[in-house]
Amino acid sequence: MKTLKVSVVTPDGPVLEDEFEMVSCKAETGELGVLPGHIPLVAPLSISAVRLKGESPKRLAISGGFLEVRPDKVTILAQSAELPEHIDVERARRAKERAERRLQAKQDEIDFRRAELALQRAINRLNVTENK
Amino acid sequence: MASLRDIKSRITSTQKTKQITKAMHMVSAAKLSKAEDAAKAFMPYSDKIKEVVTSIANSDQDNEHPMMTTREVKKTAYFVITSDRGLAGAFNSGILREVYRTIQERHTSPDEYTVIAVGRMGRDFFTKRGISVLKEVTGLSDQPTFNDIKELTSETVQLFVDGEIDELILCYNHFISAISQEVTTKKVLPLTELSEETTSNNSEYEYEPNQMEILDVLLPQYAESLIFGALLDSKASEHASRMTAMKSATDNADELIDDLSLQYNRARQAAITQEITEIVSGAAALE
Repeated sequence: MKTLKVSVVTPDGPVLEDEFEMVSCKAETGELGVLPGHIPLVAPLSISAVRLKGESPKRLAISGGFLEVRPDKVTILAQSAELPEHIDVERARRAKERAERRLQAKQDEIDFRRAELALQRAINRLNVTENK
Repeated sequence: MASLRDIKSRITSTQKTKQITKAMHMVSAAKLSKAEDAAKAFMPYSDKIKEVVTSIANSDQDNEHPMMTTREVKKTAYFVITSDRGLAGAFNSGILREVYRTIQERHTSPDEYTVIAVGRMGRDFFTKRGISVLKEVTGLSDQPTFNDIKELTSETVQLFVDGEIDELILCYNHFISAISQEVTTKKVLPLTELSEETTSNNSEYEYEPNQMEILDVLLPQYAESLIFGALLDSKASEHASRMTAMKSATDNADELIDDLSLQYNRARQAAITQEITEIVSGAAALE
């Protein structure tokens, strides 16, 4: 099976760099799968899980990221990218509850939007840790 | 001449101060190396995002994104990065003096500018002088993560997008080496320099969904990464500057102790000589 190099980079440093067979992620326009030999592509990613398939499959919780594809290399740049083992489940759960409370309180629009994003991030983190 | 006891107590107090400055010197040295590591870890991200953004921005000249076009400047925001604590030599004073001078030179009315302050020293400086501080962040850790500052950066970029500010200028200490830091002012928004730069990467990308929408997402992220980069740079400078300041304080303490010891010994010898003279003259009077 042909592989492609995947590197995940955040402002706090590189998270992962390895060979995988397929990258499956959720771009803002919909699900997107990348195999080796893909044409160069740039796409923003939504707050979601990125699945890397190969000999040792990996899942990452991504927020504020985008994907850059070259024929032999995929780079995921994200403001945060975490592997399940690095996610603080307790914290994510608390963040989720907090965001839900805020959403129910219905404050002005900006706060609402922010709470929504926070909720998405928390749910995403929890999903990545629970779902194998 | 000061009494023996006075000199002795000054020596002890200088020694104690020296112990503290020496410890601070070592702490800063350790923090500096960590800060340098953090700056190094950030490099791949900043390089990559810059590469992608420039190549997208240059691939299509007709589309000028609002974040890249210069508009009439009605309000300038100064993003000033200082430290929370002092004892760092000219680290804070240098940058604050520079910003204050620039503001005085460029603006006549307070409506034309605003300040976004990172660090307690900067915030206090500007509030004391009656300059409005729009946003502030204090109490950042010595090794800030992107998460710590994310809110501030995205709010700042949003201000520009909403048209509340028309220009964002970043003021910070650029880290050159452990003994040299440079006050730097850099215009971040609008991102005009992008279109001037040429990239080595000429691959033509497919865009999903399209260029404009990608720029909508990417440019704020890029601007945020520039701010974060400046913060890391400034942190490294802060530790370097404090390290140098504490090193010279320790050296000065050593010198002072040497001088005082000399004085002490002189005073001691003078006292002994005097005692001998008194005894000898006492004995001579008896004969």
